[in-house]
Amino acid sequence: MASLGDNFGDLPDAAGHFGRFGGRYVAETLMPVVLEVERAYEEARQDPAFNEEFDQLLRHYVGRPSPLYFAERLTSHLGGAKIYLKRDELNHTGAHKINHAIGQILLARRMGRRRIIAETGAGQHGVATATVAARFGLPCTIFMGQRDIERQAPNVFRMKLLGAEVKAVTSGSQTLKDAMNEALRDWVRNVEDTFYIIGTVAGPHPYPKMVRDFQSVIGRETKAQLHQAEGRRPDSLVACIGGGSNAIGLFAAFLDDQRVEMFAVEAAGKGLDTEQHAASIAAGRPGVLHGNKTYLLQTEDGQIRAAHSISAGLDYPGIGPEHAWLSETGRVKYVSATDQEALEAFQLCSRLEGIIPALEPAHALAYVIKLAPKKPRNHLMVMNLCGRGDKDIFTAAEALGMDI
Amino acid sequence: MSRTDGRIEKRFAALADEDRAGLIAFITAGDPDAATGSDLLAALPAAGVDLIELGMPFSDPMADGPVIQAASLRALKAGMTLKKTLSMVAGFRRQDDTTPVVLMGYFNPILAFGVEAFAKAASTAGVDGLIVVDLPPEEEPELADPARRAGLRLIRLAAPTSLGDRLDCVLDGAEGFLYYISMTGITGDSVPAGANISRAIGDLKEASSLPIAVGFGIKTAADVRALARHADAVVVGSAIVELIAANLDRAGAAKPDLTKKVLDFVRQLAESVRLS
Repeated sequence: MASLGDNFGDLPDAAGHFGRFGGRYVAETLMPVVLEVERAYEEARQDPAFNEEFDQLLRHYVGRPSPLYFAERLTSHLGGAKIYLKRDELNHTGAHKINHAIGQILLARRMGRRRIIAETGAGQHGVATATVAARFGLPCTIFMGQRDIERQAPNVFRMKLLGAEVKAVTSGSQTLKDAMNEALRDWVRNVEDTFYIIGTVAGPHPYPKMVRDFQSVIGRETKAQLHQAEGRRPDSLVACIGGGSNAIGLFAAFLDDQRVEMFAVEAAGKGLDTEQHAASIAAGRPGVLHGNKTYLLQTEDGQIRAAHSISAGLDYPGIGPEHAWLSETGRVKYVSATDQEALEAFQLCSRLEGIIPALEPAHALAYVIKLAPKKPRNHLMVMNLCGRGDKDIFTAAEALGMDI
Repeated sequence: MSRTDGRIEKRFAALADEDRAGLIAFITAGDPDAATGSDLLAALPAAGVDLIELGMPFSDPMADGPVIQAASLRALKAGMTLKKTLSMVAGFRRQDDTTPVVLMGYFNPILAFGVEAFAKAASTAGVDGLIVVDLPPEEEPELADPARRAGLRLIRLAAPTSLGDRLDCVLDGAEGFLYYISMTGITGDSVPAGANISRAIGDLKEASSLPIAVGFGIKTAADVRALARHADAVVVGSAIVELIAANLDRAGAAKPDLTKKVLDFVRQLAESVRLS
């Protein structure tokens, strides 16, 4: 298996920049610890024992490799590209977030940190973090926006069951961005003993790089599995994008192969022509938030706008800095799907494939539904089915006007 | 303006002549509304404030506690913008040309304004220095070059965590004064028992000839008196802002005696720096 070091190009640079994006925009109080995490990660990724333990946990605890499944009924329904689903929803805890949670807690342990904090939106990253904290016997506090707590009750219960403290964040828009503010504040206060497990490819360097490296197992497996099934590379990859961890996880192994087209699907909420969406690249401008420079939803005066998506996991007004750069270089195409399109895809996948997807990858599927029919039958398309939909049944039922 | 004869340098030189520490008061521009905010700003020097730290409201102030975040949100709700913050300073300068004004905030509104344009406009308005909380020395050049060309001081922050290997990096290029954050915490927190602030200030003074201001967790006249013996200036922020919040009616509007109550408190703090 490839080591964690084998990644696209030489980016980020030593200061964590992807072109003009990325960096370390944090308060001076946090700079020393951010630099310490960077040094520790650079050592760890070169250490065979660290990589070996990570691989073993992914295999025996997470259940990797996740299957690459030929979605035969979806393919025939859409009548174009041959569609494969990368089944990261079958991971332990039901989403891809466990991949980077394991990597980061191994690093926390290596650094001698005794307490874990994390932010969460949909609750998937919170559950993944609470899970690894239980597994490694470390106390854990999860920050979650009050609004998200209300719409993700099952995940809140899971986190508590796993022994985590869930702290409701009532400031600002009470969603993911506010949870991240609060986690950063906690980290400042407890910088000596606490490790912050960030839930996406954002935050100050080295987080965007580190989380990408831990997630890149998705793309490496896909490459090998598709080669076994079809004898060749994919023609296109599709993934949903909030901060962008599952997307970069699928893309990273293919970025150097220009023949592979890539599509990242932002949440268009109630429409890009409204103010209620989470499409940072389509409708945002470069700015600085949460430790990095990237595309952000913001007012003309530089105030951060609240994002909206039916999917709590995509409800973030920014995007990982590597994605900002991949968009600017044109390597990845950034498209979007509305709440309504995602809901339709959510139902279609359930009925045709017997798989209830999370509302996050339902956005990716909504774009597959548009794209696949335009492609020839020998076109190989891989979509990252990065989370399962159990957590979303209440939200979906409400949106569909059904009582449960 | 040369690097030595700005309002900040003159003020610290005058404080040294008087042999006392200065009082730095923080308020958020436009909190709770533009008119009340301007009145407060104008009245601070006469209440005994030596240097004013004026917050540029930001929606997501990740290094601030709930008190200052709430002040930002009140100001934004009342229509405050970065442009209006600069106009407020320009208005202040028409009646006071000696009290230094340092803007404190986050980088994103400055980026949105345009770094070059902001530096020029701030200087023209009469701003003396900038504290940009999420711009550590490593990311500072983007703002530092235009700011220095415009004659603004970029005030460096030092925290307890900066005192070891990192101190050289923090001091290299520092100007105006050093802002020592008394604890690893956010604004509005209390200083933990056992924090050795005087020793940290001593270490900083050994390494730098700049004046040292100390802030975070300083809430009362007694706190001010205790720290004024060690530092060149003492910053009070959340305690003042909390008093603004406590003097709003249910609709969030300023009660008639808000300004008086805030200024009475500020006068107590000002007496403390003069007594110690």
